[in-house]
Amino acid sequence: MPEPAPTRIASTSASAPPVALTVNGVPLTVAPGTTVAAAVCIAGAHARTSVSGEPRGPLCGMGICFECRVTVDGTPHRRGCQVLCAPGMDVRTS
Amino acid sequence: MSAHFDLVVVGAGPAGIAAAIAAARAGRSVALVDDNPAPGGQIWRHGAHLPAAARKWLVELQASSVVPFYGWRVIDHPAARLIRAESGADCTDLQYDRLILATGARERFLPFPGWTLPNVLGAGGLDAMVRGGLPIAGKRVVVAGTGPLLFAVAGHLAARGAKILAICEQAQLGHLASFARCLLSDPAKLFQGAGYMLAARGARLHTGCWPVAAAGTTQLESVTLCQGSRKWTVACDYLACGFHLAPNTELAQLLGCRTAYGFVVTDDLQRTSVTDVFCAGEPTGIGGVELALIEGQIAGLAAAGKLRDAQSLVPRRQRKLGFVAALRESCTLNPSLRNLADEDTIVCRCEDVRHAALRGRASWRDAKLHTRCGMGPCQGRICGVATEFLFAWHADSVRPPVLPAMVSSLASPGPTRNQPASLSAETAISAHSKETP
Ligand SMILES: Cc1cc2nc3c(=O)[nH]c(=O)nc-3n(C[C@H](O)[C@H](O)[C@H](O)COP(=O)(O)OP(=O)(O)OC[C@H]3O[C@@H](n4cnc5c(N)ncnc54)[C@H](O)[C@@H]3O)c2cc1C
Ligand code: FES
Repeated sequence: MPEPAPTRIASTSASAPPVALTVNGVPLTVAPGTTVAAAVCIAGAHARTSVSGEPRGPLCGMGICFECRVTVDGTPHRRGCQVLCAPGMDVRTS
Repeated sequence: MSAHFDLVVVGAGPAGIAAAIAAARAGRSVALVDDNPAPGGQIWRHGAHLPAAARKWLVELQASSVVPFYGWRVIDHPAARLIRAESGADCTDLQYDRLILATGARERFLPFPGWTLPNVLGAGGLDAMVRGGLPIAGKRVVVAGTGPLLFAVAGHLAARGAKILAICEQAQLGHLASFARCLLSDPAKLFQGAGYMLAARGARLHTGCWPVAAAGTTQLESVTLCQGSRKWTVACDYLACGFHLAPNTELAQLLGCRTAYGFVVTDDLQRTSVTDVFCAGEPTGIGGVELALIEGQIAGLAAAGKLRDAQSLVPRRQRKLGFVAALRESCTLNPSLRNLADEDTIVCRCEDVRHAALRGRASWRDAKLHTRCGMGPCQGRICGVATEFLFAWHADSVRPPVLPAMVSSLASPGPTRNQPASLSAETAISAHSKETP
């Protein structure tokens, strides 16, 4: 088991540079502090398709509902509303 | 390897922050764990535009010796005085002498036709998305549901340039009036409903009104509202709809803490029925940010052994309890809302279980077994709260993980789970809940 790795507050100051990432391969630039869930909406994509085939997007915005889950840098089922966009991030919806 | 702290605080909302700072000031080693990438909980996260008081708490937290674990969610309690947290694919165990649960609350959602369409969100949900960078300027928004959160959200979104088309509160005006009286009698004016109303000016407030359907092809295009026998349809970009809050008590239940009426029972010093486990903020009763801060400080001081200092804050807590009761009263759901869902309406969004499949079921357990309702990744956090209202079902006992975990996090063997300590005599005498019907 790895040693706990404390995280410091992510910088959300307006002076920080914009963040460039891709959503389904399409380049997108967002303000620092933008969540992956918001980036997916900005890209005009839906986060996921439900088991009966409905498009779904975020509901709770706070990590509870799992409707915003996407694949981030190859890791599936990340809750987009709980992950901040980072430079070079590869976000995939399903 | 696992790290040891005198005190582990779960939840970095106002309650958890206040608790962590109070205990660190008293010289204790403190870990503060939160699922979110930043501290602040439901109200103070996503940094910008915070009131001065909030910034003061966050600055003090950053300057303190509190060890942050942001982006870590607590998923299990594998052994006595040990909790397990995971972050992405990483997993760690934190040992504690004392534990403070400040896990907050989530929005209550009720199913209605079309509520699964993209761009139908919770009220707090849309607010959080906007704080997280979703552009809202110029968008047409209907805010609906119940509770003061609707006004806070409408005000915030309006300030960011959203066009608030309507605020629909399910409660009748009479219910709101008693709540408004309470707000006026509390100079702190929690939620500052009136001010937010002004900020959202231009928006019509409809009372006794709720959405009966949302429509759109691949995302929301319009919402149909009803007020008594009147029905009308409004074209909009977003529906922000939440029916007040439900406490996050899963971790407390996993630890064996006693609950009553759905809330964690504590004594005056925020001690739960389990020895050395404290609880503060919304899980003990929905009461807003100021009460969460007071309870957090009491819990932090008490857990650090500063009992007299903790005790000195208790009267301040007591003065806020009238607000808790008024809030509960004003947010009581109209029974007609049980008829919102039709037989095709999805109730469990994870497994797409429709209302028709649930109607004949005897209990939550029966529904889970036969329909997979509540078996998806949210583990019934959304549909469990809804079915409690719709069918008067109660969720069965909580099992780990309290949030879906990566399989590897659960595989590591641990000593046997500790048994909850029985209610001590002292706790039994003074134990109470903020929430009594
Ligand atoms: C949009 C909005 C506006 C509001 N406006 C006002 C207002 O104007 N005035 C007012 O008084 N109140 C307001 N509220 C209510 C206020 O947010 C709450 O009263 C307050 O946040 C409660 O604080 P808390 O610390 O108890 O819980 P929370 O703020 O909910 O914090 C709990 C934290 O615990 C974390 N957590 C839970 N479980 C786990 C776990 N297993 N592992 C790791 N982390 C976990 C959560 O992610 C969360 O960050 C508002 C709420 C919202 C959503
Ligand atoms: S929107 Fe609910 S978990 Fe992200």
